[in-house]
Amino acid sequence: MANKPQIPTKNSALIAVIADEDTVTGFLLAGVGNVDIRRKTNYLIVDNKTTAKQVEEAFKEFTTREDIAIVLISQYVANMIRFLVDSYNKPIPAILEIPSKDHPYDPAHDSVLSRVKYLFSAESASSRF
Amino acid sequence: MAGQGQRLNVVPTVTVLGVIKARLIGATRGHALLKKKSDALTVQFRSILKKIVSTKESMGDIMKTSSFSLTEAKYVAGENIKHVVLENVKTASLKVRSRQENVAGVKLPKFEYFTDGETKNDLTGLARGGQQVQQCRVAYVKAIEVLVELASLQTSFLTLDEAIKTTNRRVNALENVVKPKLENTISYIKGELDELEREDFFRLKKIQGFKRKEVEKQLAAAKLFAEDQVAENFSLQRGISIHAAHNLLNDSQNDEDIIF
Repeated sequence: MANKPQIPTKNSALIAVIADEDTVTGFLLAGVGNVDIRRKTNYLIVDNKTTAKQVEEAFKEFTTREDIAIVLISQYVANMIRFLVDSYNKPIPAILEIPSKDHPYDPAHDSVLSRVKYLFSAESASSRF
Repeated sequence: MAGQGQRLNVVPTVTVLGVIKARLIGATRGHALLKKKSDALTVQFRSILKKIVSTKESMGDIMKTSSFSLTEAKYVAGENIKHVVLENVKTASLKVRSRQENVAGVKLPKFEYFTDGETKNDLTGLARGGQQVQQCRVAYVKAIEVLVELASLQTSFLTLDEAIKTTNRRVNALENVVKPKLENTISYIKGELDELEREDFFRLKKIQGFKRKEVEKQLAAAKLFAEDQVAENFSLQRGISIHAAHNLLNDSQNDEDIIF
């Protein structure tokens, strides 16, 4: 049988955040932030000075780190690295696109939903959203 | 289609025929089972998709509420709150745990979040607006709850997608490649066995024909011999052998004395 991707059963994994300052502050307030001894954080604050390269690097780092299970990314930031997000197909960590204050949620760009758009359009006929 | 003419390369014997028949039965049963599994997985898939759509909707709302409460907190506690929060980050107190759930034979991951240590409350909002900050924190924790659930739905969705694709691939392979191959092999073996039987039958008939001819020839020869014997006995009784009389007549052609 082909090798199925192993989903590790872990007991504690972090939530990473790549978003604008306000959203990240809110999540840090809730207690999501983690800074380890090597000063590596699990969040990245994106403002209008951050380049796509930095975002790309942070994304790659978060998705290859063993102890991160979920990556929250603002939708407009995801649009910056759309190609990376779309070609990502590992089950763990899970990539979740969240809306930000100025950019409300737009399902047309969500990487997961667009992948099954044909199914979605059949479903949304019955469950209009 | 490519599967029509292909068969397995085997020696056409009766035992091999039995083996191939057993394999065909196994393939048929496996095909039915896999089809059932694919249907069950597709049902799960659809239900998860519906849940995802509704959860994403509610997530949008919750995020709006939480960022609104953050704005409130900022307004009340001053702009510095961001820096204070940033400084305060040590170890995460909100973490997620991943478990595996077995759904219709597929292992799906499920996340649940839990609070690890004590959230560092020390410096935030001591100056003013402590209550707003608390409310903001509560709102964000709620948002995280919804987000974690959404994440686990999303991962199970992706895993199910993979599983359905693999199962459908196997179903199609069984139906379009393996079974026709086995069926062709069975008909080939049966054909060869029939031909061997016909060969044998033909050979048997031929040999029977030969034997019969032999017997007839022998009978005819015996009859001739018996007749000859009777004639010989008869002529011997008369005093001369028939054969001798014949020779006399033939030789007389060259004798000069006898004039006819």
